[in-house]
Amino acid sequence: MIPLNWYLILGAVLFVIGVLGFFLKRNIIALLLSVEIMLNAVNLTFVAFSSQRGQISGQVFVFFVLVVAAAEAAVGLALVIAMYRNRETLNVDRSNLLKW
Amino acid sequence: MIEYVTSADFLLMMAKIVGIFGGVMGALAYLTWLERKLMARVQMRPGPTRVGPFGLLQPIADGLKFLFKEDVIPTNANKFLFVLAPIVALIPALLSFSVIPFGPRLQVTDLSVGLLFIFAITSLGVYGIVLGGWASNSKYPLMGAMRSSAQMISYELSLTLSVVGVLMIANTLSLGELVTAQQGTWFGFIPRWNIFLQPVAFVIYVVSAIAETNRLPFDLAESEQELVAGWHTEYSSMKFAMFMLAEYANMVTVSALATILFLGGWTGPMFGPEWLQMVLPTVWFVGKISVFIFFYVLLRSTFPRFRYDQLMRFSWKVLLPLALANILITSLIVALS
Amino acid sequence: MIEILFFFFAALAVGAAINVLVQKHVLYSALSLIVMLTAMSALFILLQADFLAVIQVIVYAGAIMVLFVFVIMLLNLPEDEDGADRLRWLKFLGIPLGLFLLFLAVVTLWNVERPEVVEAQISGTPELIGRSLFTDYLLPFEATSLLILIALMGAVVFAKKDL
Repeated sequence: MIPLNWYLILGAVLFVIGVLGFFLKRNIIALLLSVEIMLNAVNLTFVAFSSQRGQISGQVFVFFVLVVAAAEAAVGLALVIAMYRNRETLNVDRSNLLKW
Repeated sequence: MIEYVTSADFLLMMAKIVGIFGGVMGALAYLTWLERKLMARVQMRPGPTRVGPFGLLQPIADGLKFLFKEDVIPTNANKFLFVLAPIVALIPALLSFSVIPFGPRLQVTDLSVGLLFIFAITSLGVYGIVLGGWASNSKYPLMGAMRSSAQMISYELSLTLSVVGVLMIANTLSLGELVTAQQGTWFGFIPRWNIFLQPVAFVIYVVSAIAETNRLPFDLAESEQELVAGWHTEYSSMKFAMFMLAEYANMVTVSALATILFLGGWTGPMFGPEWLQMVLPTVWFVGKISVFIFFYVLLRSTFPRFRYDQLMRFSWKVLLPLALANILITSLIVALS
Repeated sequence: MIEILFFFFAALAVGAAINVLVQKHVLYSALSLIVMLTAMSALFILLQADFLAVIQVIVYAGAIMVLFVFVIMLLNLPEDEDGADRLRWLKFLGIPLGLFLLFLAVVTLWNVERPEVVEAQISGTPELIGRSLFTDYLLPFEATSLLILIALMGAVVFAKKDL
C-alpha cells in the first residue's frame, strides 16, 4: 500500500511543473498544455484522497474537471485559430493590441 | 513472485496470450489473402494463384518481400516521429485483443471496464495515422492525416453512443458478461441477441465502425485517386506492413466488438462430444467475425467513395442524432419495464 | 511490487511533464503530454479507480489531445523563437521561485499527519460513480451539460472566418 503522501507530493510536483510552464512558455498552445498538467495534478490528488478516505466523491469531481478541461480545450483552441489567423503568431507577448 | 511464475495459473495465462496472439497474427496475414481473392472474384479476376495452391502462400511471400525491401526514410521527414508512427499505430491495435473473449474461457483478462478499455485503446490508434502523415513532411500524407483525424473524431462519437443502448440493457461493461447475458433464446428459436433489441444501434455501429477503420466507402484518408496513398504515401517496407497490420487488426477488433455487442459473441448451438463443445464457441465467434469481414470486403469492392463534405454531414447530421434518439427511446423503455 | 510500479509511472509522469516545458516545438510538447496522461491513467489504476483511468485515456488522450495535435498540424506552426523579447530573464527568477513553491508544498505534505488507512477500500466502478453522479451530484452534472453547450457555441463562433 502506497502512502497517501506520495501521491500528494507527486501531485504537487506536477502542479509546480504546470505553473512554471504557464509562466515561462510564451506559445499559447504550450500555455494550454500547462493548464492541462495542472488540472491533472489536481485530479491525482482528488483520486488519491478518494481512495484513501473510501469515498467516491473525489472521483466524481475528477469527472467534472474532465468536462471543464474538454470545454477549455475546445474554446481555447478555437481562440488559438482565430488569433493565428489575425496575428500570424501564437506568441502571447505579440498579441498586445489591448495594452496601452 | 517465483512461485507465481511457475504456477499453473501463470502458465495457463501465458499459453492463452501466446495462443491468441499467434492466432490473431496468422488470421491477419490470411485476411490480406482473403481480401485480395474476394475482391478479385467480384471483379472477375482470379486473384493470387501463383504462390502455393490457390495462392495460399501469398501472405508469406508478401511478408518476406516487406522484410527484404529497402526501408526508405525521406530526407525531409521528421525521423523520430516517422519511425514512431507505425509503432503507435500497431501497438494499440493489437492490445485490444487482450480483452476480447474468443470463447468461454479463451480470454486473456476480463476487465470490469473491458468495453471502455477497447474504446480507449482504439482512440489512441489515430495518433499513428496523424503522426505518420505529419512526419512525412509531404503534402499528400498531411492532407490524408488531417482528413483522417477529423473523420475519426466525428465517427468515434456515433460509434460510442450507439453502444450505450446495449449497455443499458446488459447493465455491464465487461465483455465476458456482455456475452453471457445474451445466452439462451426467445420462444425457443430466436437467439437472445442484442441485434433484435437494438437494430438501429447495430446499423449505426457498423457504419461508424467502417468509417473508424478508414475503409471504403469512407477511406478518405488514403483515397488513391486524389491523395496517392494518403497518410502512408511515404512509407515503405516493414513500416508500411505495420500500418497494414494495424488496419487489419482494427478491422478484426471492430468486427469482434460488433459480434460481442450485437450478435451474442461466442454463443451458439452446442452439440456433439465434449471436445467439440470445447471448440464450438470459438468456431461460432470466428464465424460471426468472418461475416463482418466478408461484408467489409464486399463493400470495398462494390461501393464508390463518399465526398468529404458528405462524409462529415452524414456523421453529424444523420448518425449522431439517430444514436441520441436511440439512447433516449431505449432508456425510456428500460425505465418503464 | 506496487511501489516499483508507482515509482515507474510517477517518474514517467514527471519526466514527460518536464519534457512538455523543455521541447521547442509545440507538437513535441503535446505528444509528451499524452505520455504524461497515460502515466496518470496507470496511477489511477494503482489507486483502484479503473473507470477514471479508462475515461482519462478516452477523453484526454483520445479526444482533447487529438484536438490539440489537429490544430497544431492545421496551423503548421514553426518552432518557438527563443525568448526574443522582454521576458528573457524571467526564467532565472521563475525556476527558483517554482522550486521554492515545490519545496514548501513537499515539506508541508511530508509533515502532514498520516491518516490511518480506511479499511473499506473502494474501487471506482462505473456503478458507484454513476450512482453518485445521478443522485448527490445531479445539479452539477446538469450544469456541466450547460457548460459544454456554451463551450460548443463559443468554439463555433470563435472559429468563424470573419471574426
